[in-house]
Amino acid sequence: MRIKLTINKKKRVYEGAPFKRLIDVLRENYELTGTKEGCGEGECGACTVLVDGDPVNSCLIPVAQMNGRRIETVESLGTPKSLHRLQESFLREGGAQCGICTPGMLMSAWAWISRGGSARPSEIRRALAGNLCRCTGYQHIVNSVIKIIKERKRESRTK
Amino acid sequence: MRGAPDSIYFLQPSSLEKALQAYGENPDSLVLAGGTDLMVAWNAGLLNNKKVLDISLIREIRGVRALKKGVLIGALTAHADIQRNAAVRRHFPLIQTACSVVGGLQIQNKGTLGGNIANASPAGDTFPVLAVYEAIVRLISRQGRRALAFMDFFEGVKKTRLLPAELIESVEIPYSRKGARRLFRKVGTRAAQAISKTVAAGLLWVGQDGTVEELRFALGSMASTVRRLVKAEKFIKGKKLHRDAVEEACRLLKDDVDPIDDVRSTREYRLQISQNILRSFLSEANYYENP
Ligand SMILES: Cc1cc2nc3c(=O)[nH]c(=O)nc-3n(C[C@H](O)[C@H](O)[C@H](O)COP(=O)(O)OP(=O)(O)OC[C@H]3O[C@@H](n4cnc5c(N)ncnc54)[C@H](O)[C@@H]3O)c2cc1C
Ligand code: FES
Ligand code: FES
Repeated sequence: MRIKLTINKKKRVYEGAPFKRLIDVLRENYELTGTKEGCGEGECGACTVLVDGDPVNSCLIPVAQMNGRRIETVESLGTPKSLHRLQESFLREGGAQCGICTPGMLMSAWAWISRGGSARPSEIRRALAGNLCRCTGYQHIVNSVIKIIKERKRESRTK
Repeated sequence: MRGAPDSIYFLQPSSLEKALQAYGENPDSLVLAGGTDLMVAWNAGLLNNKKVLDISLIREIRGVRALKKGVLIGALTAHADIQRNAAVRRHFPLIQTACSVVGGLQIQNKGTLGGNIANASPAGDTFPVLAVYEAIVRLISRQGRRALAFMDFFEGVKKTRLLPAELIESVEIPYSRKGARRLFRKVGTRAAQAISKTVAAGLLWVGQDGTVEELRFALGSMASTVRRLVKAEKFIKGKKLHRDAVEEACRLLKDDVDPIDDVRSTREYRLQISQNILRSFLSEANYYENP
């Protein structure tokens, strides 16, 4: 089956089994190994990517459902040499420890932030509820997100 | 074992008509909507060598439409889209609330109402709400259309009255009388992304003089399928919400459910917490303004 999709702004044509999972297509066909598999059951959110801007679990999606869709993975944020400000914030605030949840956490957080989500901790926690973290206890992650939202607000005011 | 993609025979019709045709010719295929239930089984390697009928491209059964007598929610409408719909928020706030507790955002963006219902889990979080709003499930196959009252749709755990090669087309929610006090309550291990120990929905109409005109109360995770509290509802009708009447209604709750002990909870806890929810809903009714 031929599937046309956009991944991190690049147009791609996938040819292969329609029922290959999006996560496997990203990792194996396009070598985008930033996206991690934790549970393979939709529970942990480590595999979260954005499809047309919405966070979804890439372990639960057959690639055949992605024709014409726009996909963003953690690689769309920053590179090791030039981190995205959200990634820097996670570093500064201790939002990442072992790192297995981080790519998914970043994508859920970015979906929230880029759509103008509020800095209220309860709402951020709801936006991140589909992402489990076994290390940080969540508070540091929430702090990382709040920092960026506040920074962005300050900037848009001074502009 | 893992899912083996090459072993799947994959059908992806682009319209409702083509889907009914394909399903009619392949009644043994597994229907795929948002995949948030089906793909879990797939990942466990349980669905290799199967036929899959992906209905996710069918436009006709996605989205919410206003009717004269209520709203019509297309089977393929995702939980996230239902929550955003203005008519749902205005007239059926309990549906909005129920959809907002189905998994996390990732699940809500992909999972559909039709998939939730067809999956027929005893713990389906939208079920108590659809039960008290007295929804109607509209079904469609090559043979034609039919409709079932929501409570009649389920046969048991994971068992529905869908016929071979029949799809859920939409769910109709009729308007109910204004002025009801309403309740939705999910009790799980965490605030989000947890399967319910019990899940409750209620609508209550109380007259000027304080007598109950009508109570509708439904519980999920408390039996093999969602249950309306037929006995308690009948008992409380026409009564004032005094302590004795409320207690009797709570006692009668047991007659309409049959919860089990399992990994998530115990029979006893489920009964106790459900009774507490009903008790506080009925007791507080005296003091709260009706919206
Ligand atoms: C991590 C996780 C958390 C979850 N949390 C909750 C929760 O809190 N509450 C809850 O209620 N559920 C929960 N679920 C279950 C699931 O997400 C929902 O039931 C969802 O609504 C299923 O919809 P879907 O479109 O993804 O279904 P699919 O997986 O596509 O399909 C589910 C079943 O329904 C059938 N089907 C789908 N659409 C139709 C149709 N139109 N006609 C006929 N048959 C059809 C399929 O053949 C399949 O058997 C959770 C799942 C996961 C993985
Ligand atoms: S790997 Fe997809 S949700 Fe855990
Ligand atoms: S940093 Fe280890 S799981 Fe989140």
